[in-house]
Amino acid sequence: MIAFDSVAYSYGGAGLLSEVSLRLAPGSFHFLTGPSGSGKSTFLKLCYAELRPTAGRISIFDRDVRSLDRDDIARTRRRIGIVHQDCQFLDHLPLAANVALPLTVTGRDTPVQDLSDLLAWVGLGHLADALPPSLSGGERQRAALARAVIIAPDVILADEPTGNVDWEMSLRLLSLLVELNRMGKTILVATHDLTLIRTVKQQVAARVLRIRNQRVQLAGADL
Amino acid sequence: MVLRHAERVVPPSGPSAWLTTLTSAAMAFLAVFALALALASGRLADRWTEGLANSATIRISAPADQMDRQTQAVLDLLATTPGVALARALTDDEQRKLLEPWFGPDLPLDSLPIPRLIEVTEDGTGYDGEGLRLRLAAEAPGAILDDHARWRVPLAVAAGRLRILGVVSVVLILGTMAGMITLAANAALATNAQVIRVLRLVGARDAFIARAFVRRFTLRALSGAAIGTALGMLAVAALPSADAAGGFLTGLGFQGAGWLWPLVLPPLAAVVAFVTTRNAAFGKLREMM
Repeated sequence: MIAFDSVAYSYGGAGLLSEVSLRLAPGSFHFLTGPSGSGKSTFLKLCYAELRPTAGRISIFDRDVRSLDRDDIARTRRRIGIVHQDCQFLDHLPLAANVALPLTVTGRDTPVQDLSDLLAWVGLGHLADALPPSLSGGERQRAALARAVIIAPDVILADEPTGNVDWEMSLRLLSLLVELNRMGKTILVATHDLTLIRTVKQQVAARVLRIRNQRVQLAGADL
Repeated sequence: MVLRHAERVVPPSGPSAWLTTLTSAAMAFLAVFALALALASGRLADRWTEGLANSATIRISAPADQMDRQTQAVLDLLATTPGVALARALTDDEQRKLLEPWFGPDLPLDSLPIPRLIEVTEDGTGYDGEGLRLRLAAEAPGAILDDHARWRVPLAVAAGRLRILGVVSVVLILGTMAGMITLAANAALATNAQVIRVLRLVGARDAFIARAFVRRFTLRALSGAAIGTALGMLAVAALPSADAAGGFLTGLGFQGAGWLWPLVLPPLAAVVAFVTTRNAAFGKLREMM
């Protein structure tokens, strides 16, 4: 799905990631952890081609990101569901329209029943007409997840999806991601919450990646 | 039942919205007057060029007792001049009408030393002006040939240049409109940077994002230009008619099919908005990852 081969990324002369080599296999579940500012968000942005590596090679769906033009990147992102910590909605559109946005931008119509089912799945069926600014943190995160999955992506990347929600909501969000993984989706969740990782690992065979000293390593028993 | 939001992904309000409409309306209003100027100048140039191109006037200034004799001599001379199709002396009534705008209707023509005017119409080949002047000097010393070139040519040139100025004004107005719309589009794109980021994140192609802005700006320019054109046409229609007062300024306006020309402005403004917004949008989007 997504493969890093000796990838490095630096910004303004400062190195953030170096010598990163890994592969996200289809149907796998990965956590990415590390302290704030360690490069977790940068790593995710490299995964969906918002950033390009300064060295090395990244392949997304078997295509080198350097060979992707802007339209290719757009098409690639239609196969990747992205859940951001700050969610990023269009505040002037109701929740249902925001969730349907990935289909709208491809010119596809969204059957209302499908949309209702999806919103009900994330527990937001009653908020279809609400505007994003009126939603709580947990509701926004669940809406972001619904938006990420509406286009049936192959990969779901979540950047601190539980950053603004309480423990109960964190578990609920993660259980949705686990459910998606069981449906065959490849999941990568960036989080600094080790307790959450430990709890979720009891439900799913997840691998944990840790960023340390600009390198991405597989975390062991010390987690 | 489906949800359709493709045209709504960009927030509808903002200063760029009314700025584009207002600019288009104002520019179209001005363009209507520039068009009116160009068309009126064109008519004037054509009239002066074509209407007087094949005519000349012979002015005879002679003592009253010699006037008839010199007039007849000139007419006889013209009758045998190659290139002259028609020559006739203006009647007193015709001369009175010519002078009426300056001296009023009750001009005592008999008591004033008014020169006799002979209207000369050329045929297709034209006459030898210099030769005619020499013959007139010999046959009728008080006769002076005026082929109108002295005033007709510079006036026709001036009218032609006014027409060019009018057309240039329309082009400049459209160029200014393009500049204003580009600025407004860039402002709208900058204001909606977050919207664009979200759209890119969910897989929108640049063409989709640009289309949302282009459609909006094109419609605003079209509606603004339609309003401005309508107001401009009303203003031109409200100008005093040429028949009532005469002269170039009162002839400023549209005649006949000329009234259709301003109707070109709204679609033209829409095309300008379409092209400029599209260029601005793609330029701005290329700056974003």
